[in-house]
Amino acid sequence: MATLVQAVRMALHYGETYLGVTDILGEDVGPPLGGVFTATQGLETAWNTPLDERGIVGAAMGIAYAGGRPVAEIQFCDYGFNTIDLLKVAGNQRWAGGGNYEMPIVLMTPSGSGIRGSLYHSHSFESWASRLAGWKVVMPSNALDAYGLMLSAIVDPNPVLVLLPKALLRVRGEKLIPGEPADPELLKQLIDAPLGDRTGWRPRWPDLDEYLVPIGTADQVREGTHATLVSYGRTLPLCVKAADLLRESDGLTCDVIDLRSIFPYDWRMISQSVLKTGRVLFVNEDSEVTNFGEHLLRRVVEEHFYDLLARPRVLQGQHVPGIGLNQIYEQNTVPQLPHILETLRAVATEEA
Amino acid sequence: MTTIAEVNSGNEALCADQCMRIHQLMVRARVLDERMIQMSKSGEGYFWIGGPGEEAFNVCLGLQLKKGCGPDYDFLHLHYRSLATLLAMGMPMLDATRQAAVRITDPHSMGRNFLGHSALRKWNVVPVSSVVGAKFAMAPGTALVQKRHGGDGVTVVVGGDAGSSQGDFATCMIWSTRPGQELPVLMIVTNNQWGISTPMRSQHSEQHIVDRGEPFGIPGEVVDGNDPIASWHALRRALQWCRRKRRPFMLESQVSRLHGHSSSSGAMRVENEPDCLALWETKLLAAGVLTRASIDELWEAARGEAAAAVQQALQEPEPTPDDVRRHTYAPSPVDVVYPDDYTGLPH
Repeated sequence: MATLVQAVRMALHYGETYLGVTDILGEDVGPPLGGVFTATQGLETAWNTPLDERGIVGAAMGIAYAGGRPVAEIQFCDYGFNTIDLLKVAGNQRWAGGGNYEMPIVLMTPSGSGIRGSLYHSHSFESWASRLAGWKVVMPSNALDAYGLMLSAIVDPNPVLVLLPKALLRVRGEKLIPGEPADPELLKQLIDAPLGDRTGWRPRWPDLDEYLVPIGTADQVREGTHATLVSYGRTLPLCVKAADLLRESDGLTCDVIDLRSIFPYDWRMISQSVLKTGRVLFVNEDSEVTNFGEHLLRRVVEEHFYDLLARPRVLQGQHVPGIGLNQIYEQNTVPQLPHILETLRAVATEEA
Repeated sequence: MTTIAEVNSGNEALCADQCMRIHQLMVRARVLDERMIQMSKSGEGYFWIGGPGEEAFNVCLGLQLKKGCGPDYDFLHLHYRSLATLLAMGMPMLDATRQAAVRITDPHSMGRNFLGHSALRKWNVVPVSSVVGAKFAMAPGTALVQKRHGGDGVTVVVGGDAGSSQGDFATCMIWSTRPGQELPVLMIVTNNQWGISTPMRSQHSEQHIVDRGEPFGIPGEVVDGNDPIASWHALRRALQWCRRKRRPFMLESQVSRLHGHSSSSGAMRVENEPDCLALWETKLLAAGVLTRASIDELWEAARGEAAAAVQQALQEPEPTPDDVRRHTYAPSPVDVVYPDDYTGLPH
């Protein structure tokens, strides 16, 4: 069973072998490092760029104009803020040019907290990204989805941002990626670069198969009747845990939806679940002013106001300038399991 | 007139036929820009920005490009003052007036973008953005594919002196000179000495913008952009360098800005800057290549052509509310919400 980051690496290998990926570029993505999180070790088309995020996004766009299929990496999304107008340009090229050009680029970047990353390795990006019209934005919470979403991002001829939850990159999946060996130790031997000198190292890729998670499809990971819980990325497994705890302690069951695709999102699944439960909680760790969850809340209020049994809510990060290194800061800035459990219980038990 | 073989400028010369061709294109570009300024003031259009004062250089650029689609041909990251370049490449006036009149038939943007914000896939003209520095960040990408592809196609990126202040200009220099990975990028700065209302000399201390290429090993040349002969040969040398050596070159063209920044500043004619077209006509008259009558005839023909292009554009349809979302997304086989294009919020 692969970890999430191994799944990304295998998807990129599949992409450059079978789906026409021409360039995997970014800071430290090529040899010898293969990415600060190892996402790009051993890939044929991976190359190191200058420490220049605007250059990375711009070069990817140029490569795409000229017929290439690039996957670019911003090492941490926290360093992508100076690219935001280029991201806007990338998203509007097709529209602004009246369909003259397509912009088939994939931009991947680790996002969110959970690795004691302090101010500049803990940001979330999805709320910003969700405002970049012309882009699609996905965020897996497990290895198999990371593989399937990355392949879809590569196949899609539009700009796709793949947000990788930092805290989950080393988490092993529970479902097998088609073609990967079940033995994690064997997989590690095949595709993980050794520590130290890697000069003569070459990966031995398993014979992988195509597996696509269609963009715009959420995954219902728990089924219940008392509330709907919608999340993605780092907070998704916490939501699952909270739902399980609530079932054990209070006998209340919840639909838990892994959104996976932030834009476009699977409104049908959310809507049907809210119709069933009448109670909904959106959970993410981006900060709370103009949070993407607010958009989903708006739609719930506008379209399901009279279907609701309790106040719909968003649990999110605090509107503070950053996440402090001391864990007291981090634990109290972005949602953790106790916060989710408490809020979920409140939503599920509020008097109708 | 056919007895005149060539026209000189300093040590350089151009054959008379080429001089006349350049002149005709300059006239067409000037007349069209002036007519489109009228459009912006009369309500026939909403906005004007363009290149009066840059015609000499821009025409010479357009005539020397390798025009086509894909990496075998030149990729063009143009400026919003590049009208004369596009006319020299063969763009009909109508395709400019359609954009000025914001018609759905505007081939660059379907009536969405400002004038001069061109996009023509058939000639590798990538969409011009108002973000003037951004093109310098993208240019290494197209050049990288061209270098890998082989052939002699190059990437030409054109910006102004003010735009060169943005960090993306440094990005272009760094990315196109990575050791062993040098790229065929021709970085052109049309230096009109202005950034809207701010004189270049109040913000830049470097003597020439091309001097900034020196530490990167990017050779550069400063050329009088008001002189078509000098411009022609400087562009010839610069393009040849990029085509053959597959490395970057920087060319700074000193040009005028004869109608201010845009219609937002009135677009009135300024009188204290050299007019490349008037200078060129004086030269061609003196050389006996043109007569006053032949010049008048050309202007008259260009005015007629521009008038017809405006009239035609104004008769063409405007966008409809149904066009608002068109071409947001390319059709995707892996998107269940937007398989064809954007259709509003997910439902």
